[in-house]
Formats: sequence, C-alpha cells, structure tokens
Amino acid sequence: MADTEEDPAAVRDPGLQPERTRMAWRRTTLSCAVAVVLAWRQVLLIREPSGTEVVLVALLVLAGLTFLTAAHTRMRTLATPASAGRPRTMDARTALLATACTLVLVGLGAAIVL
Amino acid sequence: MIFPDRMRALAADLRLWFAPARIRNEGSTPDYRFSLANERTFLAWLRTAFALIGGGFAVDQFLPSLHQTVRTVFTVALLAGGALCAVRSVSHWVRCERAMRRGEDLPASRFPSLLGAGVGLLAVAIAVVVLLGWTR
Repeated sequence: MADTEEDPAAVRDPGLQPERTRMAWRRTTLSCAVAVVLAWRQVLLIREPSGTEVVLVALLVLAGLTFLTAAHTRMRTLATPASAGRPRTMDARTALLATACTLVLVGLGAAIVL
Repeated sequence: MIFPDRMRALAADLRLWFAPARIRNEGSTPDYRFSLANERTFLAWLRTAFALIGGGFAVDQFLPSLHQTVRTVFTVALLAGGALCAVRSVSHWVRCERAMRRGEDLPASRFPSLLGAGVGLLAVAIAVVVLLGWTR
C-alpha cells in the first residue's frame, strides 16, 4: 500500500486542473478559429478583391496560426510537469502573444470593414 | 490623491508586461492550482473577446438591409469591445498573479458589470433598429 503513495500517478491532482486548463486552451483556439473564419468571409464578400485583400487574408491566417502555435506550445508544457504532480504555470509571454493575436484580428477586421 | 497612484500602478503593470520574469521577484510562488485557475479565467476573457469580435463581423455580414452607417457603428463598437476585453484579460491576469504572490486580496473590478451593461444596451439597440426596419 505504501508503494502506491510514491507512484507519481497516485499524487495526480483530483481536481484535474491541468486537464481543465488544456481544454480551456482548446476552447479558446476554437473561438479564435470562428473569429478568423468570419473575418475571412468578410473579405470574400468584397466584389472585386485586389492585392490588398490578399495581403489582409494572409495576415489573418498568420495571426490565427500564431495563436494556434502558442496554444499548442502551452498545452505541451502543461503535459510535461516541472516536478512530480506540479505542472508548469503560464508565463506572461504566452499571455501577451495570445492577446496580441486577438488585437491583430481586431485591427485587420477594422481595416476590412472600414 | 487617487490619480497619481493609479498612474503609478499602471506603469508598474506595463513594466511587468514587458519584463515577465520580474513577477518571479515578488512574494512567493502560489499553489499551482490557483495559477492555473487564473490562467483559465484569462482564457475565458479571451473567448469573450473573440465572441465580441465575431459578433461584430456577424452584424456586418448578416444584417445587409441595415443602413450602412448604423451597421458600421455597431460593428466598430463590437470590435472595440473585443479589443478592450483582450487588453483587460491580460492586465487582470497579471494583477491577480501578483496579488496571489504577495498574499494580497484579488483586485476588485467593475469591468464585468460595465461590459454586461454595454452588451445589453447594444443588443437592445440592434433589436430596435432591426424591428423598426431602419434600412437604407
């Protein structure tokens, strides 16, 4: 019986905190994808697309992919604990990157709408 | 004087944003579960931002009969709300993280109620405009 207490799987967080956080990242990535698709659709509605529109869509996709990469990296660091049963917490760089992608999306959206 | 204090707090926040490692100098590392909960709150605010941004595009795309100016005003209002939400999400995350490290109370905020009131007003305004059929 004493052996199971030494086993890292036995000290697993009963609140499933890392799993919940990983799923929160997944949900957020999906929300980001929906916003990117809607912005893309906005460009497609323009009757005669020029080079500007192509550049806007390219930047849009780039912002979406950057967010996806940030989320993926974070989900991977969550899966590799710093020590037994202690997952790594998010650094400010990841938070800033995710927010920057959102702001770029707003900027591109405003450029498309106006 | 509240104003200089607020400016100083804002400057401290901005320094923290661009030198993220500094947060480790403050206080002691909290229980990782609290940090993860703070991260999920940050993500929930980010999703709110994406929802507002998507809503802005939706107003512009799915209400084509609306007067051009009215439509653009609603769209820009929703996009700006999304940007505000995104900036606020990271600022709130930093402040909560620092409060937990110092063992202080979590920051109180009137932002959720303001956002709720704003979204409510916008929804009523869009409903009224659509019902009145204020078309071009």
